[in-house]
Amino acid sequence: MVSQAGKPLVAMRGIVKRFGAFTANDRIDLDIFSGEAHALLGENGAGKSTLVKILYGLLSPTDGEIRLEGDAVRFSGPQSARAAGIGMVFQHFSLFDNLTVAENIALVLPPGETLAGLDERIAEIGRRYGLRLEPARPVWTLSAGERQRIEIARCLLQDPKLLILDEPTSVLTPQEAETLFATLDVLRGEGRAILYISHKLEEVRRLCDRATVLRGGRVVATCDPRAESVRSLAAMMVGTHVVDVRSRGADALGPERLGVEKLSLTAEDLHGVALDQVSLSVRGGEVFGLAGIAGNGQDELFAALSGERTAASAGAIRIDGISVGREGINLRRQYGAAFVPEERNGHAAAPDFSLSENVILSRHATGDVMNGNLVDLPAAARLAREIISSFDVRASGVDPAARTLSGGNLQKFLVGREVSRRPGVLVLNQPTWGVDAAASAAIRQMLIDLARQGAAVLVISQDLDELFEISDRIAVIHHGHVSEPRATRKVTREEIGLLMGGASQHAH
Amino acid sequence: MRIELETRPVRSTAMEIISPLAAFAIAVLIGGGIIAMLGKSPTQAFHVYFIAPLSEIWSLQEVAVKATPLVLIAIGLSFCYRANLWNIGAEGQFVVGGLFGGMVAVYTHGAINDGLIGGWWVLPAMLLAGTLAGMLYGLIPALLKVKLGASEILTSLMLVYLAELLLDYLVRGPLRDPKGFNFPQSVPFEEIARLPYIVPGDRLHAGVLLALAAVFLAAFIMRRTLFGFDVRLVGSAPKAARFAGFSDARLTLAVFAISGGAAGLAGICEVAGQIGQLQPVISPGYGFSAIIVAFLGRLQPIGILLAGLVLSITTIGGENAQILMKVPLDTTRAFQGILLMCVLAADVLTRYRIKIRLGASS
Repeated sequence: MVSQAGKPLVAMRGIVKRFGAFTANDRIDLDIFSGEAHALLGENGAGKSTLVKILYGLLSPTDGEIRLEGDAVRFSGPQSARAAGIGMVFQHFSLFDNLTVAENIALVLPPGETLAGLDERIAEIGRRYGLRLEPARPVWTLSAGERQRIEIARCLLQDPKLLILDEPTSVLTPQEAETLFATLDVLRGEGRAILYISHKLEEVRRLCDRATVLRGGRVVATCDPRAESVRSLAAMMVGTHVVDVRSRGADALGPERLGVEKLSLTAEDLHGVALDQVSLSVRGGEVFGLAGIAGNGQDELFAALSGERTAASAGAIRIDGISVGREGINLRRQYGAAFVPEERNGHAAAPDFSLSENVILSRHATGDVMNGNLVDLPAAARLAREIISSFDVRASGVDPAARTLSGGNLQKFLVGREVSRRPGVLVLNQPTWGVDAAASAAIRQMLIDLARQGAAVLVISQDLDELFEISDRIAVIHHGHVSEPRATRKVTREEIGLLMGGASQHAH
Repeated sequence: MRIELETRPVRSTAMEIISPLAAFAIAVLIGGGIIAMLGKSPTQAFHVYFIAPLSEIWSLQEVAVKATPLVLIAIGLSFCYRANLWNIGAEGQFVVGGLFGGMVAVYTHGAINDGLIGGWWVLPAMLLAGTLAGMLYGLIPALLKVKLGASEILTSLMLVYLAELLLDYLVRGPLRDPKGFNFPQSVPFEEIARLPYIVPGDRLHAGVLLALAAVFLAAFIMRRTLFGFDVRLVGSAPKAARFAGFSDARLTLAVFAISGGAAGLAGICEVAGQIGQLQPVISPGYGFSAIIVAFLGRLQPIGILLAGLVLSITTIGGENAQILMKVPLDTTRAFQGILLMCVLAADVLTRYRIKIRLGASS
């Protein structure tokens, strides 16, 4: 299927991109052939995004050249990249929620094209590539998978020779991912090239003919992913062997430490999700995994559990048997609960504040950094140093601002900030979202160790691999409902995947 | 061609310190150009504006006296602005503070001489009444925002005109001095209702000390208390402030009470220290100039102290220029506006760099 003997469709040669003193791409060579699915692998910060932004005309390289079908090209922006036949689907969609599918597609038509016949063209693309779309539906009523189809359809209207996909399955259920893969197979069969960015290695092994691995801004390997194992691919990305998370023994579970009973909460805005009679119970010594696709009530549940939003009745949430549903976050912290929200910069941490000030942010309530009503700055600095050394946080300088840390290091710091308090209950939302493999493993280990010491740990995550790795029981949240929990050892990924997609959402 | 602002990956501390100085230098250059276009000598103007006010003892005192209300108000405003809340109505809170504090002096007038009531407590009562009045007046836009979601920018600004008209009416009506030959002004305050002078018989009144105290108190609150931490956190990352368990509504009320109270205190200090009676107009726009002072001082207490002095110098220089060079006072106002624009522009440039992208879209 792949004719590597021929000329590459795209040849990137000696691409260098510097941001100030930092070199994001260091003399990268990349060939992409027509009809191939080419994976671009690497940890966060390896330079993948920079490279594809250069290819898509969003950034101009400091040095190096791009050849398209043999001719040197310089893109002045995404428009010229699109005109040259390069399309891109971003991880974060750029759709207007209040417009319809057709309107969103019409927005990117080149100037001069008319709306006449657009619906037919959408239908035609839908038939050819298996992209089912209803032109009249407003976008906010659609699932992530359906939204992604709009983005792909937008690209296909321009008849691209190369389609770039950035982490396309991160928001999809396993079933939705299957549909995507089928579409990609059709595209490849038509001779279009696909550049596939992902850190889900299983997927890459299934889908891609070749893989280029980046590390520290350089190409460290080009390989056939089907001839490699997940472990060997991960080793190439990280540069060392990835440590397995030590799984827990079958310790005896303690009594319930976090209880949720018939918790209902209205949606905060038009696009929010209401929680409907959510009940769950997490026992001491247990890691409880809550799977689900983004936007199914996870943020609302986290806000209700943390006390950032209060429940209608006190008894809806219990910490160690105490009803706290009407209490704020600080009182819940005093009862022994700790929380790690999804958004690192701006929610869990203030990006412009130093690490020691960020310790004050969540630890002032429990008196660790307070001296009466005054902030004990030396104590906060001491705690920050302790967290940095015990959880191997790489930070430069004395007490740097949170935003200067990489995603993985900041997340280790923020999880460490809570874990080092030895809380009885820990609730985390997407704890390893956008975090590199090594830091993810470290964070998962922290959670397991905490549970071993008798804490109840609730992990809300989209990452099924993560939940299967660390949780004792798994439930699924879909449209604000939480399914009956199942023992992780007795449930398959397919069953969980079906629940995530909404099958038998009222099943008990 | 497209002009873009690109976030600087590293913010340099040196640039953050240099930026207000550079802004000041650029504003002086632009101001010099305007003076030249008016057909006057820019070098003479520079001397009159910036050197003369600093060259004599009496004018130095004058600088301190004019800086006092600016610094007091700006210190209060810095709490609001740090928390991303926009109190534009300090002028009104200043006027209300001066009015209600002054009313204590007016209504105890004579009674003190008759030995009926009055005594040492009159001045503290005036300061307290002024501060409280400013605080309550400042709480109106805060409550409207918290309860109804009304824009505090609009409500606080509109309340300025209400306060000014109220003062004007009362001074022309109920508070007018019956023996004042129908001039629209209150009775002159008695000695006991006046802020004492630090330098006897001169112009430097004790309000200067209150302003200095406010600077250090604010620095302590911002740096060392949980409340100060909350103010800074809300402005920097509002969602993180909620995660820290702080309440938006309570903070809004608190910072408006502080800035209103500070402006009210400045108002009564002006009336009891400088003017010595109530008049239809008691402020040459201190409440608005203090906004410039707050930003020129980068919302930092010490910075505000310095910025207050700078603005006070230009105000006195402007008065001198009006007399000596026949430059209209509006030129000074324009200069202060230019200064604020330069400071804000310099702020943007320390955070972002300008990038010009060539090549039209295809």
